[in-house]
Amino acid sequence: MKGGYQSVKKALKSMTPQEVMKTVQESDLKGRGGAGFNTGMKWSFVPMNGQSPHPKYLVANADEMEPGTFKDRLLLEGNPHQLIEGMIVSAYAIQADIAYVFLRWAYKKAGRLVRHAIDEAYQMGYLGRNILGTDFSLEMHLHTGVGRYMCGEETALLNALEGKRATPRSKPPFPQVSGLFGKPTIVNNVETLCNIPHIVNNGPEWFKSLSYGEDSGTKLYGISGKVKKPGIWELPMGTTIRELLEEHAGGMSNGYVFRGLLPGGASTDFLVEEHLDIKMDYKSIMAAGSRLGTGTMVILDDETCPVGFVHNLEHFFAQESCGFCTPCREGLPWTEKILLSLEKGEGREEDLELLETHAKFLGPGHTFCALAPGAMEPLQSALKYFREDFEKHIHEKRCPWT
Amino acid sequence: MLTTEEIREIEKEIALVPVKKAACIEALKIVQNHRRWVSDESLYSVAEILEMSPEELDSVATFYNLIFRKPVGRNVILLCDSISCYVMGYKKIYDHLQNTLHIKFGETTTDGRFTLLPNACLGCCDCAPALMINNELYKNLTVDQLDDLLDEYK
Repeated sequence: MKGGYQSVKKALKSMTPQEVMKTVQESDLKGRGGAGFNTGMKWSFVPMNGQSPHPKYLVANADEMEPGTFKDRLLLEGNPHQLIEGMIVSAYAIQADIAYVFLRWAYKKAGRLVRHAIDEAYQMGYLGRNILGTDFSLEMHLHTGVGRYMCGEETALLNALEGKRATPRSKPPFPQVSGLFGKPTIVNNVETLCNIPHIVNNGPEWFKSLSYGEDSGTKLYGISGKVKKPGIWELPMGTTIRELLEEHAGGMSNGYVFRGLLPGGASTDFLVEEHLDIKMDYKSIMAAGSRLGTGTMVILDDETCPVGFVHNLEHFFAQESCGFCTPCREGLPWTEKILLSLEKGEGREEDLELLETHAKFLGPGHTFCALAPGAMEPLQSALKYFREDFEKHIHEKRCPWT
Repeated sequence: MLTTEEIREIEKEIALVPVKKAACIEALKIVQNHRRWVSDESLYSVAEILEMSPEELDSVATFYNLIFRKPVGRNVILLCDSISCYVMGYKKIYDHLQNTLHIKFGETTTDGRFTLLPNACLGCCDCAPALMINNELYKNLTVDQLDDLLDEYK
């Protein structure tokens, strides 16, 4: 473990919790789980005075389950100590007493490695009572989930950790004030937490200088689909889609033509050819009408039916809806059925309008959490960019790809 | 009735949480680990230990995809049917498994050797299509290798 845990030594021995929080806030690190909120700002809502309730909690959201996303797996399997180090420093900043890694069930190898790394960190005195002889103490536990997309939503994750159905909670109160077991809690994505040691070691200006664009730092970008070299790469924030697709992923596989992509997982709007020179950062992707999301792209090629592609996504969302609020529970299966009927050649002229109505009524502001609005993003943009393909299904009474 | 070993493991989990029922997912996992699935009888026993109503515990058990409330085979195949595996052709893998094992998603072979289930994204989209059998992950699958792979599981 030589060279590791430098940031724990630096933070605990030479910085106040407030200084760590300020450093992270100034670095403008934004949450890498998809929402893109300033991490230090998120922490700043945790009550820090002497009357603050205890225990306070820090949770690493390692429930990576967004279809098309596989970035946190790399961090968890590649260097679990980096995550633990980031968690200790983050826990110090908010003065948490207990930390959890909430890991998805399917990540068996990551589970073994994280468990082992936590044990090692205890043995080396980086976890437990009076870390490095300071008065800061932290216990850390690994919790493996039992599979449900909703667990990625931070308040649903907290319900899962409490042994309940993973339905989202109403906000306010926000978890920073009343989270796990009603105590102040921060939930951060794995990739977000893995940035913390480097920001504390090297400073906010260094972190900002790593980026090509307005958003700070580096990002784990991934590509899957019919490309020559699917994979995952850490690159400066703001790397263009074209560089990722053509240089790092080696371009489309032989015989396949690019048609579109989801920039950051299943719940982001399609982008197409005209967007290839856009920078992959929060602002640029949003200006193009989509979201950076998790930054792991899924490519749509010319041999894959866009309607079938979107049907697969809506099947997933309909299945994973927690059933708690009506528009999501009823609307998503309806959407899935319409898309399936189009695929079977049973589509009607009015179906496209019906799909657009769903995109509107399941959009932001109409549902309890972000699941259904996320599900509508690929649908509404597919209707915009691939409308002819939808119409062909109706007019030809079949899927032109089968 | 739960075994002494199961009860011991469940009590260990209870000690880690502020209220007993917060250990319920762990308790269900423990039972499933020993018995492959959670029967009504096991559910009642766990509920009693955790001081929950069986209905409340069942509402949790049925919420999660990987707590099995029906019997499963000796080996559980989880085939990823999410978007990257869709693009990379998981349906060919599914067709082959259906033809070989004569079961569809949600079914178990008559000899109790395999249960086949769909699974939402296994998180190895750069190596699609993928499936898991029990705790093992298989990536970059082709139809040709499936028969040999299944042979490893008796």
